[in-house]
Amino acid sequence: MSNRLTYALYTGCTARESTPELLKSTLAVAKKLDIELVLLDEASCCGASHLQDFDDFLSLVLNARNICYAERLDLPMVTICNTCQLNTAMTKERLDSDPKLRARVNEALEEVGLVYKGTVSVRHFLYALIEDYGLERLRSKVVKPLSQFNIAAFYGCHNIRPSQLHNKMNKGEESPYRPTTLDDLIEALEGNSVDYDHKNRCCGFHVDLQAPTTSNILTGNAIIDAYDNSADFMVTPCPLCHLNLDVKQEAALKTINREARLPVLHLPQMIGLALGCSPEELGLNHNVVPVDLV
Amino acid sequence: MKVTLKVFRFNGERDYLPHYDTIEMEIDEKKDVVLDVLNRIKWEHDGSFTYRRSCRHGICGSCAIKVNGRSTLACKERMEDMVALFGTELVLEPVSKKRAIKDMVVDKSDFWERYERVKPWLEAEIDEHPTMENIIPPEEAEKLEESDYCIQCGCCYYACPVIEVNENYLGPAAFEKAFRFTADVRDHAKRERLEIVDRLGEGVWDCVKCFECAEACPKHIDPIGKITKLHNEIFKEGVARSNVATRHAVGFKHSIKKHGILDEGHLVAYSEGFGVLKHLPEAFEMWKKGKIVMPWEMPKSKKLDEIKKLVEIASTVRF
Repeated sequence: MSNRLTYALYTGCTARESTPELLKSTLAVAKKLDIELVLLDEASCCGASHLQDFDDFLSLVLNARNICYAERLDLPMVTICNTCQLNTAMTKERLDSDPKLRARVNEALEEVGLVYKGTVSVRHFLYALIEDYGLERLRSKVVKPLSQFNIAAFYGCHNIRPSQLHNKMNKGEESPYRPTTLDDLIEALEGNSVDYDHKNRCCGFHVDLQAPTTSNILTGNAIIDAYDNSADFMVTPCPLCHLNLDVKQEAALKTINREARLPVLHLPQMIGLALGCSPEELGLNHNVVPVDLV
Repeated sequence: MKVTLKVFRFNGERDYLPHYDTIEMEIDEKKDVVLDVLNRIKWEHDGSFTYRRSCRHGICGSCAIKVNGRSTLACKERMEDMVALFGTELVLEPVSKKRAIKDMVVDKSDFWERYERVKPWLEAEIDEHPTMENIIPPEEAEKLEESDYCIQCGCCYYACPVIEVNENYLGPAAFEKAFRFTADVRDHAKRERLEIVDRLGEGVWDCVKCFECAEACPKHIDPIGKITKLHNEIFKEGVARSNVATRHAVGFKHSIKKHGILDEGHLVAYSEGFGVLKHLPEAFEMWKKGKIVMPWEMPKSKKLDEIKKLVEIASTVRF
């Protein structure tokens, strides 16, 4: 079993609260693929870019602490939320490239007996799957091909922008203007990936509270673009995008004056369907827009 | 190499709707930049084709267009890179189709109007008969970072999704410039500028954090990085007023201190105050789907005492 892929999983907060189906389906898919995920239960919230607006240094210390626990396990860290990925990767990048800043952060971490070393990688599970497990191997595990579905990939900003940061963290090169990984993954599961303009656009989640109209328009435009291009469902690697596309779908479409209904799957929910996981294992009952595909 | 260009054509004085011309062109992808292609369209295909250009050295900011939807400074962007990114079928459009006047030329008055609102100039007592230069030391100049390099090309502004939907939003270029002057030790209007960019509906709190501006900037200025710094300064300088956006930022700290992970329900309630009531129908839908964690079931991070201690000792800002 020496070649078994093992990762430290930073779940983020959403997967433990408003999108329990994300954690559930991630674990189900990992089990099917014989990937071991060690949950980082010590980890705190990444700050979601909002703590960063308030107290940059505190956010660096907290994110560095999260990485410390993956370093203790000596395991590469994977994330299942684009915004967790952004903030964790950004912390790593800043500490790895600025010895003075790292010393300041470590001074605080020493108070709780930790030290940030910069020894582990930080990648979104999507990229770990593609780079380490491989799409060909994944294709060989498909028992229920998604060939009857037109699937609209929604990448989510914080996995593709800023591209310099992400291309440093990942082995491949994803263009923020023409991302392909999620579409390649859909094709590997034998689904038909939908070509539409909004796949790499913003859903507006981060201004949900202070600017709901902005957020609703951006989300509504993305859903309707996928819908108008004959998508049967959307899929996203980000639970924050998912909250907007799924939970807020009705409000978003109302804002842009359109009627539609489009199921939205989390990335591991879609993979799980192709691997033959049951709807229960994938938590499909938690999706607000009913997933009536199976 | 041969490329196929789909070129946006529109004459606001005459046309009801734009159309696209398809042009096949032989390019020298090693040598040509996008501006060379624009020139050749005009010189070799249609003399009426209209676009802005001047310096050809990436400094005047005139020649911004969109190539396959991507903001591009035409004189700086190599055709080789465009072909690598989008293939040999390239769509050339103005930075904003809805503001097009003629072909690639847009009415940029919206950009300038918003730009001006942040007072993009030095506010200082100037000695009208100086006997020496008003020099700032290198360590002070470093605080401006690369923000002085902005050429007002509009690439970031017309790539911003909020600009498309909120006509009051100041946008990344104006914020970038606001940062440039608030970071200048000679400037006296720091607080005034921070108050302008702090306004809900117009200012930095309406940024969706998509990083489109950072990707679009041909001068690698990282406008969103400056937006984050303005957020930080708003708190540090005591300009922040208690509202849904500021409480949302601060609420993360409270939640992390209490649970390690975020208490989503409490964060919304804390941020919104009485406004939380408007979220109740949506919360009910979520509850029905098992998406709401009750306060008494709220999970906590392991080793929470460590997190509490770090929040105590590593906090650098108060609100």
